[in-house]
Amino acid sequence: MALSDTGTARRPIGLEGDAFSRWLSQHSPTLLLGLLLVLLPAAATDFVLDQIVGWTLVLGMIALSLMFLAGYGGMVSLVQMTVAGLAGYSITVLGASSLPSISLFWPWWVAAPLAILIAVAFGTLAGALSARTEGIYTIMITLALASAFFYLTLQNWSIFNGFNGFTSVPAPIFLGVNWKSPVPLYYLILFCAGLSYVAVLYVSRAPFGIALQGARDNPRRMEAIGFNVMAHRIAAYAFAAVIAAVGGILLVWLNNQISPGTAGIQATIDLLVIAVVGGLGHPIGAFIGAFIYVILRTFALDALVAVGLDGRRFQTIIGLGFLVIVLFSPDGVIGIWRRWLARAASSRRGIGR
Amino acid sequence: MSSVAERIAAAGAGNAIELRGVSRLFGALAALNDITLTVRPGERRAVLGSNGAGKTTLLNCVTGDFPPTKGTVRFFGEDVTTLPPHERTRRGLRRTYQISLLFQRLSVRDNVYLACRGASRGRFSLIRTRSSDAIMQSVADLIVLVHLEQVADRLVGELAHGQQRQLEIALALAGAPRFILFDEPAAGLSPNERGDLVAILTALPPHIGYIIIEHDMDVALRVVESVTMMHNGRIFKEGAPREIEADPEVQQLYLGGGHG
Repeated sequence: MALSDTGTARRPIGLEGDAFSRWLSQHSPTLLLGLLLVLLPAAATDFVLDQIVGWTLVLGMIALSLMFLAGYGGMVSLVQMTVAGLAGYSITVLGASSLPSISLFWPWWVAAPLAILIAVAFGTLAGALSARTEGIYTIMITLALASAFFYLTLQNWSIFNGFNGFTSVPAPIFLGVNWKSPVPLYYLILFCAGLSYVAVLYVSRAPFGIALQGARDNPRRMEAIGFNVMAHRIAAYAFAAVIAAVGGILLVWLNNQISPGTAGIQATIDLLVIAVVGGLGHPIGAFIGAFIYVILRTFALDALVAVGLDGRRFQTIIGLGFLVIVLFSPDGVIGIWRRWLARAASSRRGIGR
Repeated sequence: MSSVAERIAAAGAGNAIELRGVSRLFGALAALNDITLTVRPGERRAVLGSNGAGKTTLLNCVTGDFPPTKGTVRFFGEDVTTLPPHERTRRGLRRTYQISLLFQRLSVRDNVYLACRGASRGRFSLIRTRSSDAIMQSVADLIVLVHLEQVADRLVGELAHGQQRQLEIALALAGAPRFILFDEPAAGLSPNERGDLVAILTALPPHIGYIIIEHDMDVALRVVESVTMMHNGRIFKEGAPREIEADPEVQQLYLGGGHG
C-alpha cells in the first residue's frame, strides 16, 4: 500500500488516521524494508554494504531530488547531479584531500555546512533561471548548466584540479567514530537517505508540496487562486538542492574521490535514467531505479564476459533495460508495481463475489 | 462630506471594479476598445455579447491574466493595473474559467484546499495541515456548498463535466472573496445543473458582487441586477435586465442573432 497511495497523493489532507494500527499496516512494507536495512551490517560483507547498498542509497538520494522536482513539480531538472557534484567539490576544497595546495583543511563541521550552502545557492539560482520555462526548455537550460559545470571542472586547475580531480578525500572522524570505516559510513548514509525519503513523503502532503503539484497541473490557476508560482518553483529547487547536496558529500566520502566525471554529462543522463526507470510517481522510485542501476553497473560486465560477450557493452545493457521498462511502463517500475497491485485487488474482489 | 471622503470617492473607492479607458490589442486586433465600466460593491452584473465581443478579454484584464494594453483597472479603489494575478487574488478578487482549469491529478478536496490555502497564510508551509485546523472546515463547507461531498476524495480528472464546473465555482468562493468574475459557468451543464447553479449564485452573501458572462439568458438574467452589452470590443448598452431584454437594438444584434 505504501507504494500505491501517495505519488499523486489521494490521501485526504489532515486525516491523520484515527489509529496507530492503520498507520502501521499502511506503512508496513516501508518499515520492513527499513528494519532490513538497519540489520543489514550483521549479515552483509563490506562490499555489499558500501558498494551496493551504500551506493544505491546515495545515488537514490540525488535521484530523489530530481524525482521531487519532476514528479511533484513537473520540472525535469538535469542540474541535480551538478548540485551534488558542486557540494562534493566544495567539501573537498574546503576540507581535506591529498592536495594541500588546493584544499583548505577546514574541520568537517565548517566545511560540510558551507558545502551544502554553496550547492543549495547554486541549485536555487539554477531554479530561478529555469523555473520560467516549461518542458523541453527546462531540460535544455539545466543541461546547459550541467555541461558548463562539467567543462569548468575539466579545464580549471586552480580550484577543481582539472582532469585529475581529487583523491584520498577522507570521511571525517567525529563523535569518536571513524566514519570512513564501512559500517559507520553505511549507517551515516542510511540515516541521511531515510531522512530525505521521509522528508519528501511528508512534504508532498504539506501545503508546500500540494501547491507544487497544483503548479504542475495548472500554473495559471495557481496564480488565480493566490499562489506565486515562480517563487514556489524556485523554493522547490532549493529544497531539492539540499537533498542533492547532502548526497553529493556522501558520494565523495563513499568513493574517497571526485573528478569531472562525477558530475559529467554521462552521470547527468544516468541520473535521469535512474529516476525515470524507478518511476517519478513516488519517492521510492528513485531508490528502486538506483538499485537497478548499481546492480547493472556492478554485475553486467561479469555477466557479459561469462556468456562470452565483450564486457565493455554493459552500457548497452543499461540502455536496453531503460528502453524495455519505459516502453512497457512509462511510469517506471513504480507503475508496474501499481498496476500489479490494482490487478491483484480486482481479482480478489472477483473471488469475493 | 469630509475631504478624506471626497478623496476616497475621487479615487474610485466607492466601486468594486472600475475600468477607465481600457484597451487590449492582440497584434492589430483590438479585442477591447476604450472600455469604461464601473461596478459597485455587492452589485451583480451580466456582461453579454456575441462570440468575439471581448467579454473574456475583459475578465482577463480585470484579473491580470492578460493586462490591458492601455487604461487603468481599479479594485476597491486601488490601482491594480500592473499587479500580477496572485496579488489581485489576495485582495479578494476571484474568477472562474470558461474551460475548467483545475488540478487534474489532485483530489477534489486537495483542489479546494489549495484555493483556501492560496487565500490565506502558510502557502509555503512544510508542516502538514491537521484535520482539526480551521481551514479544513472551510474546505468541507465549500465542498458541501457545491454538492461534491460524494466525490470529495476522487481525482478531479475522473469527474464528470458538470462536477468539474461545480468545482470551478468552489475554487472561486474560497477564502474571503469580495468580488467574483464568472466566465460562462453554465457552459455544458444539464437543465438540472443549471437550476443548481442559479441556486448557488443567488445564495451568495449579499456583500459579494460579481460579473457573469453567460450565453444562457435564462441563467444570466435571473441572477443579476444590471446588464452590460458588448459588441466588437466596445460597450454599447447598459441597463436593468428588463430594459435590455426589451431593447430592439439588442434583440436585433444579440437575442435575434441565433444565440438566444
